[in-house]
Amino acid sequence: MNKPQSDKQQLIIIGNGMVGHHLVEQLIERGATEQYRITVFGEERHRAYDRVHLSEYFAGRDAQSLAMCDADFYAENGIELRLHETVTALDRDQGEVITDQGRYAYDRVVLATGSYPFVPPIPGNDRENCLVYRTLDDLDDIRAAAEKATTGVVVGGGLLGLEAANALRGLDLDTAVVEFAPRLMPMQVDTEGGELLREKIEALGVQVLTGRATQQIEDGEASFHRMVFQDDKVLETDLIVFSAGIRPRDELARDAALEMGERGGVVIDDRCLTSDPAILAIGEVALWNNSIFGLVAPGYQMAKAAADTLLGGELTFEGADMSTKLKLLGVDVGAIGDAHGNQPPGARMFRYLDQIKQEYRKLVVSSDGKKLLGAMLVGDNATYDTLMQYYSNGLELPEDPAALILPSTEGAPTLGADALPDDATICSCHNVTKGSICATLDAGATDLGSVKASTRASTGCGGCAALLKSVVDHELEARGVEVDQSICEHFAHTRQELFDIVRVEGIKTFGELVEKHGSSQTEGLGCDICKPAVASILASCFNEPITDAAHIPLQDTNDTFMANMQKNGTYSVVPRVAGGEITPDKLVVLGQVAQKYGLYTKITGGQRIDLFGARLEDLPDIWGELIEAGFETGHAYGKSVRTVKSCVGSTWCRYGVQDSVGMAIRLEHRYKGLRSPHKLKFAVSGCTRECAEAQSKDIGVIATEHGWNLYVCGNGGMRPRHAELFATDLDDDQLIRIIDRFLMFYVRTADRLQRTSVWRENLEGGLDYLKEVVLEDSLGINEELEAQMQTVIDNYECEWAGAINDPEKLKRFRSFVNDARPDPDIIVTEERGQLRPA
Amino acid sequence: MNSATAEASTMTQTWRPLCTKADLVPHSGVAAWIETPEGPAQVALFYLPGHATELYAVDHRDPFSGANVIARGIVGDLSGAPVVASPIYKQHFRLDDGHCLEDEAVRLRCWTACFKGDQVMIRV
Repeated sequence: MNKPQSDKQQLIIIGNGMVGHHLVEQLIERGATEQYRITVFGEERHRAYDRVHLSEYFAGRDAQSLAMCDADFYAENGIELRLHETVTALDRDQGEVITDQGRYAYDRVVLATGSYPFVPPIPGNDRENCLVYRTLDDLDDIRAAAEKATTGVVVGGGLLGLEAANALRGLDLDTAVVEFAPRLMPMQVDTEGGELLREKIEALGVQVLTGRATQQIEDGEASFHRMVFQDDKVLETDLIVFSAGIRPRDELARDAALEMGERGGVVIDDRCLTSDPAILAIGEVALWNNSIFGLVAPGYQMAKAAADTLLGGELTFEGADMSTKLKLLGVDVGAIGDAHGNQPPGARMFRYLDQIKQEYRKLVVSSDGKKLLGAMLVGDNATYDTLMQYYSNGLELPEDPAALILPSTEGAPTLGADALPDDATICSCHNVTKGSICATLDAGATDLGSVKASTRASTGCGGCAALLKSVVDHELEARGVEVDQSICEHFAHTRQELFDIVRVEGIKTFGELVEKHGSSQTEGLGCDICKPAVASILASCFNEPITDAAHIPLQDTNDTFMANMQKNGTYSVVPRVAGGEITPDKLVVLGQVAQKYGLYTKITGGQRIDLFGARLEDLPDIWGELIEAGFETGHAYGKSVRTVKSCVGSTWCRYGVQDSVGMAIRLEHRYKGLRSPHKLKFAVSGCTRECAEAQSKDIGVIATEHGWNLYVCGNGGMRPRHAELFATDLDDDQLIRIIDRFLMFYVRTADRLQRTSVWRENLEGGLDYLKEVVLEDSLGINEELEAQMQTVIDNYECEWAGAINDPEKLKRFRSFVNDARPDPDIIVTEERGQLRPA
Repeated sequence: MNSATAEASTMTQTWRPLCTKADLVPHSGVAAWIETPEGPAQVALFYLPGHATELYAVDHRDPFSGANVIARGIVGDLSGAPVVASPIYKQHFRLDDGHCLEDEAVRLRCWTACFKGDQVMIRV
């Protein structure tokens, strides 16, 4: 017998499942190891693992990756973890826990023994290859049995049964589910929901038999087993998994004569104390208020209350909500509160059933229609988080609650993160409120990761991940906006406001703008935020050459030198190759220039050629030769129209239906030189095969038999976004007029450095609003937008052509104003036959 | 220039002509090559006509990228002090003492420069 070695009290935790582990975490977090010497017994070989995601074990996750903590977590925190040791009795008289290996004295005990799978008392249920689904060892047994099997049956069509069915499918067994009740998941869904669930699950190739009571299991003819049902019908299968509910592992408590429930479970009070105050119970073994909670979130709440009780606190367990959001066999199922609507008299329902998309949603609301009492979702859980917030926080429903479950269209009411009160629970596993998330942000957290680390929100079942992100995003945004709406310290205006000021007042220089509208608190020099932004606005409005003396100090280095600075201070040069079409003669010139100036060449994603490694002082000579050969600047350095990518189209392609190259060249020449809040990429495809990938561009044009379809606001890059169809079957002139308006509306209203995709996502009213403005002229500004675009187009000139003949503009293209030597620190080396920075 | 000459004798520094006013770009920077007692250096010269101090000379070398590019950065003022933003990774350096606003441990070398008529002079 081991005796406590210090004056610390001995705490023994029996059971190392998710809830038992959570208790240990809570105790560590609260410094309980100062007061207690803690020993944990786990019957299984594995330390606590994530049972919620057990079926992923067959999808490639191993015990290690399912584990709730690192292997040395317990040891590091001074806690003794005794795995694979079964507690056989509680000797309350001696104050000892008896295991299959010894006796251990205790001062306090926590029972966290969980539950075991219920196997219905069917003759033959103990045959070989009749298994259960609860532990990793069970899964190993199922996997071993499945090797010799081709068919499998799960007895039980509830939550765990469907999980088990998924596991059998994952083992490539022909799978069937047998449920005693007349529908699947009888606890969570009603008849309609159950029927829809059946259809969806059968569509996955899983046979569903409901209303079937198995009478006997015997030798099969074609398979290992034969199941005989109440109507004498039979089903043959090689493997049977029982998953017909759980029962509390309460034998230790029963033998120790603790107070038990009539149908099992150790009775606990609000502080998780059993009838013996030295002994606590938590999780699925515990019976609180005559209820057993078979979900992880209530178990965690009990663990928290138990930890507090052990430390002498007053925190109580006050019951838990059994709302669940699941993905079973890939099918979304959600149940909130009183989903069946059978409790209060006068409750009213809204139901929505779509048998084509296979979605079912039901709301149970109070008789006055103001509160959500329950909800049921099958096929799509997208509305779960919103509904859960209405339910758990008792928020008043919108005037027409039906809108909450009608098919989502833009503008449908969703409960934004800002509408939630501070005491709204975001993560129910760890009981994290919106208020505590805000407190973390106030304390300096600046991203989702640090909020998760400090509050532990979304680290339990993970069901709140999307909601948590939206709360964090929204709150961060709110803080950012609160801090400062203005573009920088020099202007108390947003980019949009500055744009309107410039346009309406006809302001043509930065100096004038900062004098009339700049903040009086600064020196008035501007900065690297506002100067390029104003330069872009001035260019969008008046399109004067950016190399003019008044504008040059505003530009980013790339615009100043009309080339793209690379990491060693050299530049890359990208001449325009409209539509990606280039003559052999011009190709030769590019090669010759690259050879002469020692440039590295690479083909870009926008169908042109990038020449890297140009020294500052060589840029004018390089451009002299390029312009001589008929090239013009490509604006690769600007926040401006970059390229119009195209496929070869009807000119050559067997499938092309329109001249995509011709249209691409027309568009590129029309919009080249347009400066905008961010870069703009276009593409034109000659048929629906979409070889130009137009749907990933700001402006995408795809040929149809009758003309062109226009897509807008797509993006590749870091956050890809499919462009949205904006207008269809346009002729050439219609297409251009719509693009004129669209682009100028974007230029006017977007934030600085905001691509069209992000602009569109933040646009109030969304795509419909954009269509109203651009296609229906709802703001009455289209004429103005078109005229403004025409001004930009009329004032276009190649910036390089304007610069190379102007000695004043070339002044800066010198390595040193007082010395002709090139920068000696630029050193190159050779790689794959080309030069690169050393 | 008289006081500067007097100082030069005690600090073994001398004023040298660097370039002309016409070589500068108003509200922006250009690079110049100088020989100092410690060896050659590349200087970024910033010209802010109409401001209290019209001329600044700081190191042309960007300590974060190692490239000689500071003269090509955007000039501005932050919290009341004139600064230049590195064109590579966008850190800000104060023009009067070279200190980096984003990293206290980093600073650019600074020189004193002034106009003598149309001539730009630097003390090295």
